[in-house]
Amino acid sequence: MKYMLLIYQNPATWETFSEEERNRVMNEVGELMEELTQSGEWIGGEGLADPSNTKTVRVRDKVPAVTDGPFVESKEQLAGYCIVECETPERATEIAARWPDARYWAMEVRPIMEPGGEEM
Amino acid sequence: MSAAPASTFEDQLRELAPQVLGALVRRYGHFDACEDAVQEALLAAAVQWPDQGVPQNPRGWLVTVASRRVTDQLRSDQARRRREDTTGALAPRDQVEVPDRDDTLTLLFLCCHPALSPASQLALTLRAVGGLTTAQIASAFLVPEATMAQRISRAKQRVKATGIPFELPAEAERADRLSVVLHVLYLIFNEGYTATSGPHLHRTDLTGQAIRLTRAVHRLLPEDGEVAGLLALMLLTDARRPARTRPDGSLVPLEEQDRARWDQPAIKEGVTLVTDALARAPIGPYQLQAAIAAVHDEALTAADTDWRQILALYDLLERLAPNPMVTLNRAVAVAMVRGPEDALDLLATLDADDRMARHYRLAAVRAHLLEMAGDTAVARAGYQTAARRTTSLPERRYLESRAARLRDAR
Repeated sequence: MKYMLLIYQNPATWETFSEEERNRVMNEVGELMEELTQSGEWIGGEGLADPSNTKTVRVRDKVPAVTDGPFVESKEQLAGYCIVECETPERATEIAARWPDARYWAMEVRPIMEPGGEEM
Repeated sequence: MSAAPASTFEDQLRELAPQVLGALVRRYGHFDACEDAVQEALLAAAVQWPDQGVPQNPRGWLVTVASRRVTDQLRSDQARRRREDTTGALAPRDQVEVPDRDDTLTLLFLCCHPALSPASQLALTLRAVGGLTTAQIASAFLVPEATMAQRISRAKQRVKATGIPFELPAEAERADRLSVVLHVLYLIFNEGYTATSGPHLHRTDLTGQAIRLTRAVHRLLPEDGEVAGLLALMLLTDARRPARTRPDGSLVPLEEQDRARWDQPAIKEGVTLVTDALARAPIGPYQLQAAIAAVHDEALTAADTDWRQILALYDLLERLAPNPMVTLNRAVAVAMVRGPEDALDLLATLDADDRMARHYRLAAVRAHLLEMAGDTAVARAGYQTAARRTTSLPERRYLESRAARLRDAR
């Protein structure tokens, strides 16, 4: 089963981190990614630009309206994601718990829909 | 020498892959290096044979080319080791005669060794025994090639590190080890079978590969009833594939399938296999599941289905290999024979099971039984619950349409 791990951060707290703290977090992420690549569980992932670069698009009556800023104004914003393939949902949760962002903010674990299925 | 279409070369190469690999491992040891060398030889053949024709002795050609690669590799490893470590060099292995034997089974036992993770077992089996390339396996499993390459290399490292021998398991553990092999082949089949049409056509190749490999095991172990049972189950299930999806990829339930589109030769072969196995071998779960599939496949219309026989087979299966999924399927048979109320009582026993309580299949079957019982509103809510719980897009679509049908019927 593939899972998307959504990484949430509060940009305001991130900015208060010292250079050393930021490096520690980044190194931790690098090591974890390397470990997941080695284990064959890593499928992919990306970091997202700061939420201030977001544009929200809505089409109403066929007219697109583009506004600056994220859809939801909240302290914790989506900062990145990764996709892993795991034997069990427990394993996916375990990986999320080891992501440093989980200690400061939150990680969300969402199963990815599969294109195949069984007839009933 | 003869010219033939590309697919023939590919099939022939895949058939030869485990035999060539077996010959190499027997001669040189070093499963890891030999496996790489065989892949390179297969690639060379795929490029050269269509142009230059198939050599007189294709197996000999592949063994020669792969041997050359593997000796080059081992020699350069040895030279490096000699440079790094002056205390001693690896003595070259004696050249041994390559016996004319089929090592497919030995290779399968190695690739499906319990020390490997299920994902590694599947990947290694398809590459080393199935002769598929890493890119083909990656595309079938919908993962990036780098991820699949990593799984295969990790599996090979593990084979090396745990010293898994290249030999048939001892008699005492052979049955257990064979059941792992059969399970891996079943998983490969299922991965391909559940794929629906659309952008993922490569996936359906997996059913063909699984059938081909299971056929090879059946050829090597013709007396084994469960091997025959699994092959029959695959054939009888795959026979319905042309009717199980619509062109848009949506799923057609068994009772609505156009049975004229079922593959009759596959059904005939499957029925013969399972009938023969049940008559002479100790009974097992694959044979029983194949027998159930055979009863479905032999019914001319859904209404002709012999549900009494299916129920009797599920009773046996549940006694032999109890499992909540079997109970769930048995409940459907109970409903068809004795009515939905008895079946709903049976389902209630599954609510206490942690694995099942939140499973979409339980919600889906319950909704189906409630619909049969005429409890439309609760059935509709049940389909919606099941639709939210499944992680399969076509299943969600099917369950949502069942819910919508009940809403429209009101």
